Amino acid sequence: MTIDSMRAAPHQGDDGGPGLVQLLTPEGERVEHPDYPLDVTADELRGLYRDLVVVRGIDREAVSLTRQGELGLWASLLGQEAAQIGSGRALTGTDMVFPTYREHGVAYCRGVEPIKLLGMFRGVNHSGWNPAEHGFHLYTIVIGSQTLHATGYAMGIQRDGVLGTPNAGAAIAYFGDGATSQGDVNEAFVFASVAHAPIVFFCQNNQWAISEPLERQSRIPLYRRAQGFGFPGVRVDGNDVLACLAVTRAALENARTGQGPTLVEAYTYRMGAHTTTDDPTRYRLKSDEEAWKLKDPIERVRAYLAREGLASETFFRSVDDEAKAVAADLRKECRALPDPPPGAMFEHVYAAPHPLMTEEQEAFAAYLDTFEEVPA
Amino acid sequence: MTTLTLGRALNEGMRRAMEEDPKVLVMGEDVGRLGGVFRVTDGLQKDFGEERVIDTPLAESGIVGTAIGLALRGYRPVVEIQFDGFVFPATDQIVTQLAKMHMRSLGTVGLPVVVRIPCGGGIGAVEHHSESPEAYFAHTAGLRVVACSNAADAYTMIRQAIASPDPVIFFEPKRRYWDKADVDLDAPLPDPHAAKVVQPGTDVTVLAYGPSVKTCLEAASAAAEEGRSLEVVDLRSLNPLDIDAITASVRRTGRCVVVHEAPVFGGFGAELAARITERCFYSLEAPVLRVGGYSTPYPPSRIEDHYLPDLDRILDAVDRTFGW
Repeated sequence: MTIDSMRAAPHQGDDGGPGLVQLLTPEGERVEHPDYPLDVTADELRGLYRDLVVVRGIDREAVSLTRQGELGLWASLLGQEAAQIGSGRALTGTDMVFPTYREHGVAYCRGVEPIKLLGMFRGVNHSGWNPAEHGFHLYTIVIGSQTLHATGYAMGIQRDGVLGTPNAGAAIAYFGDGATSQGDVNEAFVFASVAHAPIVFFCQNNQWAISEPLERQSRIPLYRRAQGFGFPGVRVDGNDVLACLAVTRAALENARTGQGPTLVEAYTYRMGAHTTTDDPTRYRLKSDEEAWKLKDPIERVRAYLAREGLASETFFRSVDDEAKAVAADLRKECRALPDPPPGAMFEHVYAAPHPLMTEEQEAFAAYLDTFEEVPA
Repeated sequence: MTTLTLGRALNEGMRRAMEEDPKVLVMGEDVGRLGGVFRVTDGLQKDFGEERVIDTPLAESGIVGTAIGLALRGYRPVVEIQFDGFVFPATDQIVTQLAKMHMRSLGTVGLPVVVRIPCGGGIGAVEHHSESPEAYFAHTAGLRVVACSNAADAYTMIRQAIASPDPVIFFEPKRRYWDKADVDLDAPLPDPHAAKVVQPGTDVTVLAYGPSVKTCLEAASAAAEEGRSLEVVDLRSLNPLDIDAITASVRRTGRCVVVHEAPVFGGFGAELAARITERCFYSLEAPVLRVGGYSTPYPPSRIEDHYLPDLDRILDAVDRTFGW
């Protein structure tokens, strides 16, 4: 083999390629994959459908709340519901999730109440849940940092000596296509590989890092990066909830039984803006969005359920109603979220008493006391 | 009482912490089989195994980032950054994650991580091996920053840093690693953030930490021969700062000189000078003077003696406090 024959051609957008693991086509046809058999009951299928619809409803409501000024920002997961629900429902109670700020669907699967996701976007806190309670770490904003935390956590699982036992757990790190350019993500791959750590790297390749398309990040398909680090990489149809479930489940099980890390590239598309402050019309074509709309993660499940007679119109209507009710509750709870008292900024900076915190907090309180009470 | 070098005292302190708590881990580049480039972790891997004394891949952000993850799983990692100038690739994980995660989590997440950094110059090293980056970290809310100056403190301070529920940046004076002192291995633990008067005096307060403390003690001896009495205060902790001990000394002497190896401009001495001025204004006979590195990158080692505060420059500053 000559050197030149090993050089990758510039990346071209594609439909996922021949290696794409798919169990449910965009048309809602159930297909089999030899490596990822999946037994799923009608009940489970309906459950997945409900998750997808409810999470999309939560997301849509949060976008509206931002438009109405109730939130300062929102990072929409529109289009990525299957990647998040499929992988999220593959998790067990002993696993630990390290999310980005867009993993609202995974948070939902981990039992984090939707209102708790809104705090940081409303600006009342930097995060609103206890990670240990949910097996779901804090949203991480700086791109890629959490992949190292997940790797370290997985090294801790190894040291606990639980791998291969019923108490075994795995770490799963979520990140996007843009993050794969970060040093931290590459360092996480190195550390996890060398340690043979029980971790799944779950990359949602939504094709866009704000305005930069995948070709600005990589010349080769992202899942193939794993090979160079010495662990398997799999590309899954990220809009196929069943494939995401099956592939993530297998990768997690490998991790829990001591077989090391896996990179899962969920091939999907960010249907919305990067965040509510972004304007995708400046950098991408409407026709691309239209093409991906035909691969919608929810429509294909609905088509399959309907065609196979696994769900009735009444069921679909009840799920829509449920999503609306969850969204309505969320709207009400969001508007009722109180601002923290100004002195809250001094809380939890340190775990143990710190004289400078005490001094500044007292001085601040005394300063505030110098203002006259304004009658309500 | 036993006589130990400063490096050995750190080793004994870590060993004791590892014996007392199986969750304590040591990790970094070359800390295992080699025992660290300064041998501070010598023998720990042999005694505690490769799972607890981890030779990591060569990536500082990765080391601190995975240490955070281990802490989230309930471990207490003690990270070694090989040299001061190599901490910068890890600065993002330290400043953005380690320092802020406890507050971000509303207090639900604990981060008992110690980042050990051999610091300072004076060993004839090549570039990036002689720096004093303490001000960056002292400026970062959420971190505790300490600097040991002698073997006895090294032994207790490293144990206290490991026991701290907060992240601690632990500066070690690399050119003092081989200095010996008597260490009481069973002495009660002092307040980890208390400053210490290491040389009582009456004329001028000299504030120092880490490698500069010894230089200041030598300056005090020289000054004494000229009939001038310097009070040398070893800060030990930069964040939090024992401002009460500092102001008590300055109010007694009325004069203050701050000494550190880092550049004076924007350095930790500026914070000390400002706080002392606020608290001791009517006691001061002269402005607080600062002696430190110049506002240059650390120079080539053949001229580093001119960059580092030495006895003469400290005494010169002391003299100048009498010129007002």
